[in-house]
This record gives sequence, C-alpha cells and structure tokens, in this order.
Amino acid sequence: MPMTDPLKLPSYREQSREVAARFAELSRRPVVLKLRQLGREFDSAQGPIVAIDDITFDVHQRDFISVIGPSGCGKSTLIRVVAGLEAPTSGAVLIDDKPVRAPGADRGMVFQNYTLFPWLTVTKNVTFGLKMKGLSKARAKEMAVHWLGVVGLTDFADHYPAQLSGGMKQRVAIARALANEPRILLMDEPFGALDAQSRCTMQAHLLRIWESVDVTILFITHDLDEAIYLSDKIVILGAHPGRVLEVVEVPVPRQRSSEQFLSGPFLATKKRLEELIYHGSEVSDAAGLRQNYAAA
Amino acid sequence: MTGPDFPTHRTTRIVHKPRGGWFAVSKPLARGQRVVVGICAFLCPLLTWCIISYVPFVWHPSVLVRDAGDASLPGQYSFIATGERVDRAAFRSRNLELASAHKRLATGVPCNPIFLPAPHEVARAFYTAFTTAPQRTGDCWLHESLWQSCKIIFWGFIYSALLGVPLGILCGTFSLYSRLFEPFIDFIRYMPAPVFGALAVAVLGLGDEPKITIIFIGTFFQMVLVVANTTRSVDASLLQAAQTLGAKNRQLLWHVVIPAALPNLYRDMRILIGWAWTYLVVAELIGEKSGISAFLYQQQRYMHFENVYAGIVMIGIVGLATDQLLAFAGRYLFPWESGNTQLYRFAHAFRHLFSSKRSITATTRTRYAHD
Repeated sequence: MPMTDPLKLPSYREQSREVAARFAELSRRPVVLKLRQLGREFDSAQGPIVAIDDITFDVHQRDFISVIGPSGCGKSTLIRVVAGLEAPTSGAVLIDDKPVRAPGADRGMVFQNYTLFPWLTVTKNVTFGLKMKGLSKARAKEMAVHWLGVVGLTDFADHYPAQLSGGMKQRVAIARALANEPRILLMDEPFGALDAQSRCTMQAHLLRIWESVDVTILFITHDLDEAIYLSDKIVILGAHPGRVLEVVEVPVPRQRSSEQFLSGPFLATKKRLEELIYHGSEVSDAAGLRQNYAAA
Repeated sequence: MTGPDFPTHRTTRIVHKPRGGWFAVSKPLARGQRVVVGICAFLCPLLTWCIISYVPFVWHPSVLVRDAGDASLPGQYSFIATGERVDRAAFRSRNLELASAHKRLATGVPCNPIFLPAPHEVARAFYTAFTTAPQRTGDCWLHESLWQSCKIIFWGFIYSALLGVPLGILCGTFSLYSRLFEPFIDFIRYMPAPVFGALAVAVLGLGDEPKITIIFIGTFFQMVLVVANTTRSVDASLLQAAQTLGAKNRQLLWHVVIPAALPNLYRDMRILIGWAWTYLVVAELIGEKSGISAFLYQQQRYMHFENVYAGIVMIGIVGLATDQLLAFAGRYLFPWESGNTQLYRFAHAFRHLFSSKRSITATTRTRYAHD
C-alpha cells in the first residue's frame, strides 16, 4: 500500500537536465575499477560464512562512489578485497582490466583508525609511498609540500602524528595516499572516528580535494547523509550475505553544499536509502539490476 | 555584521585546583605527593632497619659480651669470652652460674646477630671498602672488582643483543624463522644457565670468556623470545597501510616493523639487562672467582657482613643508575613518544652543516613559502 507523502518529495530517480548530463558523461569515461561476481567467504566453526556474495559494479574515472549498508553487510570486507589485503574466494577485482592479486600503490587506502606511522613526521608520512617507489629525496619532499598544501597542513609538516587532532591525522592520511597518485582512492569509513563537527568539515574538505585532484574515490560509510552529500553513485548492500541491493544515482546537483541537506532530491534519495537499508524492501529491484549488469 | 557586544565586566576567575587525595582511585598523584611517596619508598625500609638496629628492645636476640666476668670459674657456659656475641639465654645462664658461685658477673649489651649490621656500619663500610687495600697481595681493589663485573655484564649483554635482537625480529616477522628457531630456543630456555658453567670453563679456560658465555646463555634465549613477541605485537594495520602504499616484503621489515617495534624493544632491553645482573653472580663464581661476587664471597668468609651489604647495595646502585640512564636516553631516542626532538634537531642541523645541498634545500623552502 503506498504511503501518503506529506513532504511531496520528488522521485529519487528524477534527475534535472544537468545531473542527467553529468551521469551520461560519467558513463562515457573509462572504467577504472571493475568488480565481477565478487565473493568472499570466511571459515568458522559453524561452517563457511558468506561475507559478500556476487558483487558486480563498475567505477568510472573520477567517480565518487559510496558503498553503504547495515552493519555486517561486508562493506569493509569488500574494500579490503579491492585493496588486495584479502583474497576473494570467487569473482575478480580488475583495475584497468588487470586483476588484483596483492596490495599495491595503484590503490591508495585511507583507514578509519588513521594508521599514520607514529615515528615519522607528517612530511615523512606523506613521502612514505614515494620513498618505497625509490623517488629521490628532494623530489619526494617537493611532492610532500604540494600535497600538504592541498590538505591545508603546510604548517604542521614537522609535527609527529601524536601531536595532531583526529581530523588533521585523517588529512595527512589522505595526503599520504594521494601523493602516490593512485588509480583509485579507497576510503574505509574514514570519518567514523571523528566527532560530528570535524566530520562535517572533513566532508567539505574531501569534496574540495576531489574536485581539484584527478582521483577516483570508493568510499565506505554507514552514514546516509555523508554518502549522499559526497557521492555520485551509492551502492547499497544488503546483509547476510552482503550483496548489491541497488546502485542509486544521486540526483543532487554538483557543486554540493551543506544547504542541500534539506533539498527535495537529497531527502528523496535519503528516503530511498532508508527504505532499502532499514526495511530491506525492493530486493526484486536489485535482482533486476544485477540482470542488467549481466547483460551489459 | 558585527557580533553582539558581550558585557566585559571583570569577574573573578575561579581556578579549581585538582584536589587528588592520597587514595583517589586511578588518579595520578600531584607532583609534590609523588616526590614524598618516592622518598618514602626508600625511607621506610631504611627506617625499619634503623629501628631493628638501634632500639635495644626490638629483636636483639644476642648479647655482645663487654666483660666475661670471672673466667676462672668452670661451667657449662664458661666458653663465653669478652667481645663475643652470644645467645641471650646462654649469657643469662652463665651469669646464673657466676652468681651461684658468688663470682664477678659478666656484663654485655643487647645486640643483633653478626649478619645484620647497623646502617651506620654499612655506610662506613661503603666508604672503607674502597679505601682498604686488598687483604692478599694480587687481589683486586673493590673499584677494580666492580669495573670487572661491569665489563663482564657489558660484553655478555652486547653479544647476546647483537645476535638475539636480529634473530628475534626475524622470528617475529616471518613465520618461517619463528617455526625454525623458536621451538628449539624454548627448549634450551628451560635449562638453567649455571649448568653450562663447568662446560664453559672446560672449553674456554679460566679467563673472562666462560663468564661472558654464562651471561650470554642466560639472556640470549630469553631475549629472542621476548623480542619475537614484541615484534609480533606491532599494529597489523600499520603493515596494511604500508602495503597499500606500495611497500614490499623487505621494505615492510625495514621501514615499518623495525621502527614500530623499536621503542618497545628498547624497553625489553632495559628489563633484560636486569636479568644479566642475576646471572653475573653465578658467572663470576665459576672458574676463577672474580669481580664484585668474589668480593662478596670473600667478605662473607671473613664475616665482614657490613662489607657484604655494602657490596649488594653497590650492585643495586649500578643497576638502578644504568636503567635510569637508559630511560633518560630513551626520551631523546624516540621523540615521537616523548615529544623531545632535541637530539633529532641536533642531528639534522649537524647533517645540514656538512651537506653540500644546503643551498638547494634553502631555495626550495623559500619558493614554497611564497606560494
């Protein structure tokens, strides 16, 4: 039975002309990351547990894609498999059509718990990947200066991570990942450990970085507002096992701002995400979508 | 738009001093309190010792005979002579003997057994032990003995660390080495180091080598296991982060595992050097006795217990001083833990001074400063 809608929200599928044009343009760009029937099982005393099952979607160049879902839907497993930190038990991860087998510098990752190297100064944290690549010290330092400028931490170049706030640490982690110039930036609930205020600041900051830098982002979160505010597309996973329920194209126009949180398209998208995540409805929709992908 | 003007009248700021009592649950003590308690930690045992030594009615189970009385009277207790320490009961019985024979009574003062000298005696021994010439010609002065002990400890520990730390790090990092070495080391670890004493002397002779070997055996096997465990406890997420930044096997070892484990390894070494002192006493008594243990052994045979105590306290002081020195150095070595970057800034300045690239770095910095 359809519920009456007191807010008179538009459909989340309704896209303004500019948004539709943007998605058309996005889909023409080269595909950076392909997930094909990706599955990952864990062994346990009670038999194998399927963490993620049959996950298939594409990420285009300079896409900002969020993966969202209830806890236990395998979001983190998914991103760890993409990063190469865990091996898939079925299916494949392809970066530029080459299968992923191990972690590598082409997939930068930002973790929830910062994971900065505490014994290195901010600058040396940022140049870590470059040093591993064998870049000269002077060149690496120049790059560090550049990327610290991008994340706005030039004044903290010689600080140790322990001397920084959570938001600053995460900015260093982003600069460190970007300095490697990865094909895709994987972010695993990067702002999950921050307080509400710094999270808002960091979201705005991340958008600015993403707009000014040529980088594709795969973003894991459980925060609906965050996902809509940041992303072009949102992949909604269902739990047990983690599978794609739907890929939503966010109808909120760019450039994003915090005023849009109460706009029609934003709320319509949020309503749809809530339906999928909290009521688990419309599974048939997802099945249809999967068929679409299989056909493509 | 300007913000509203807030009333700016001055109010007295109330400063709440942190008022931690002496018994606040899991709260640090105030600075003054910490100092007081720290002094008490040494003062209380010393005070107990003073009370036992100087208050005549506390313990004092013996009597120091000042005058043996009429020694001509034969009896069961006639062995009591002037200057001896005798049981209080024996002293009383002797006086009963003398009293019943109407002879001159023995006099004496209550005293403690010879193995518990008073604090001032030990304090004096602490000084005189250094100034007294060795009783036999050819023996070492005390400071020479102490120096000898320190050398044995140093070399034993250095050898064990040079081998044990790298091996431990390998075991903690690669499962292969862990499976290859740890079971056997675990097995040897249970053999007490002193049992190798005779063997070490037979193989290496009477010099310092067998002693150093005992210290080595005593610390090496423990060290490998402790270092391996510390290395294993390095935060796995740091390794994963490094991998996503492109670090490969050997780079992970050199650039992540070792620096991440280093501060904890340093703390391990501080604890293990204490173990080395434990094995020192055994090591120095095998073969030719030497060092501070030989001094202790000799003084104990001469019944100079004040010297024995002084020697034990010296070991304690040397150990404590070493540990405090290492702790102090640690604050400079690991600036990311202590926030003390002095050494690093000094090293940096030092490198700059002798670097030909100085001018290049300077221009780079100014260029970006104007961006």
